Amino acid sequence: MAGQSTTRKHVFSRKIDAFFKGLADAWNFVKRFFQEVFVPPYEFKEVIHQCYRIGVESLPLISLTGFIVGIVFTNQSRPSLSEFGATSWLPSLIAIAIVRAMGPLVTALIAAGKVGSGIGAEIASMKVTEQIDAMEVSGTNPYKFLVVSRVLATTFMIPVLVMYTDFVALMGAFINVNANELVSISTFFAQVFSSVTFLDVFASIIKSLFFGFTIGMVGCYKGYTSSKGTEGVGKAANAAVVISMFLIFIEELLSLQIINLFRIK
Amino acid sequence: MDNREKVVVVRDLYKAFGELEVLKGVDLDLYREENLVVLGRSGTGKSVLIKIMVGLLRQDSGSMEVFGKEISRLGVRELNEMRLKIGFSFQNSALYDSMTVRENMEFPLVRNIKNLTKKEISLRIEELLDAVGLPQTINQMPSELSGGQKKRIGVARTLVLNPEIMLYDEPTAGLDPITCVDINNLINEVRARYKTTSIVITHDLACAKQTGDRMAVLLEGQFGALGTFEEVFPHAEDQRIKSFYDYNFINS
Repeated sequence: MAGQSTTRKHVFSRKIDAFFKGLADAWNFVKRFFQEVFVPPYEFKEVIHQCYRIGVESLPLISLTGFIVGIVFTNQSRPSLSEFGATSWLPSLIAIAIVRAMGPLVTALIAAGKVGSGIGAEIASMKVTEQIDAMEVSGTNPYKFLVVSRVLATTFMIPVLVMYTDFVALMGAFINVNANELVSISTFFAQVFSSVTFLDVFASIIKSLFFGFTIGMVGCYKGYTSSKGTEGVGKAANAAVVISMFLIFIEELLSLQIINLFRIK
Repeated sequence: MDNREKVVVVRDLYKAFGELEVLKGVDLDLYREENLVVLGRSGTGKSVLIKIMVGLLRQDSGSMEVFGKEISRLGVRELNEMRLKIGFSFQNSALYDSMTVRENMEFPLVRNIKNLTKKEISLRIEELLDAVGLPQTINQMPSELSGGQKKRIGVARTLVLNPEIMLYDEPTAGLDPITCVDINNLINEVRARYKTTSIVITHDLACAKQTGDRMAVLLEGQFGALGTFEEVFPHAEDQRIKSFYDYNFINS
């Protein structure tokens, strides 16, 4: 019995050790990004290539999802507002909800699923097949080529995608409002722009930058540190999605608290 | 006394992964334009030895000098300069699977040799693809190549930077016997044509016999035997080396 208890304690302490070692590794991985991003040589071509992959190739999925979110959210909000005879407030309500929260969140979650898992799997597979080692022995810094370029690309492209999602979702909402309330596009967007403030848009872009950074960094980290052969590739992709989504929600919560400080003023 | 130039000098090299001791005091001299074959069973640390040589791994103790410089003491820039003199042909070829054969070969070239014109780059790539006998694959993706073709392209990619030392990690692993002979011939051709010094990591004695000037057998973290094929194998007294020989040439 005493032996079993000691073994359990040993296993537990090893898990705690591994957890903190993992945190330290992750911290060093992130720190290395800031050490390398400003130092030449710059991988402009690869950054542009990744921006294209992340941005353009995500468009169909983002368009469809954003459009559906706009329609569904409008439909779901109408009954509550109509109870108070306030359906004319629909464009304002939808605009604020989409720009402040739903646009960035939906885009980030979809990007975490599509882009984050893709990055995790790609880099993990490169690691397993020694392509990263091959890069290193041929005098190329694989961290800079693979990680810095992808993290920059996600950081720049997620805000762009968020703005695009906002627009598509608002168009979806407009079609729904137009069909039910017979509101013209100019009236709809006049109300949208009158209710959305600069702070809303600015905060949305800033938090999208963080979302993008998180998606790229987590995907790269899980890929770069993967092991156990092909099984590790799947695990890296899976972990990239799960951890990114978790961190995105935490960042959303934190950003909400910070932005509210400014709103009260 | 041997007056040949030593390009690699390894002394009392130790490397462990956690509690698993892989290299336990390895000593080795590699001479210019020599083909040295390192043999040993799986997990004996053959690949670890050459990974330390290119700075992919770091030894726990001992020294690994390449061209008179201790690898573990080199800074990032110096290490990268050293790596350009060492070509590493990986076990699974490690071709970048999102790039064509041409892009795979361009990748190290354009990053390390500045001011090359497009024509010069193309000429260099075509020359090397001719040398490995695969000029027709230039626009193919790695997924469209056979195992043997991948190995050849992998070798061509490492040759693109004119390395002085070639490291081959299990060059014949997973290939059929005829393709193995082709790869062995390629290793010999590379040495003859580009005057390279080579280390071939393998557990295939046919490959070792065909390509090696000297054999070094890793046994339990140290070289158990070092010499020509005839000196090391046919009349080996060490039972482990004898059984290695027997399994390769008799049982198979």
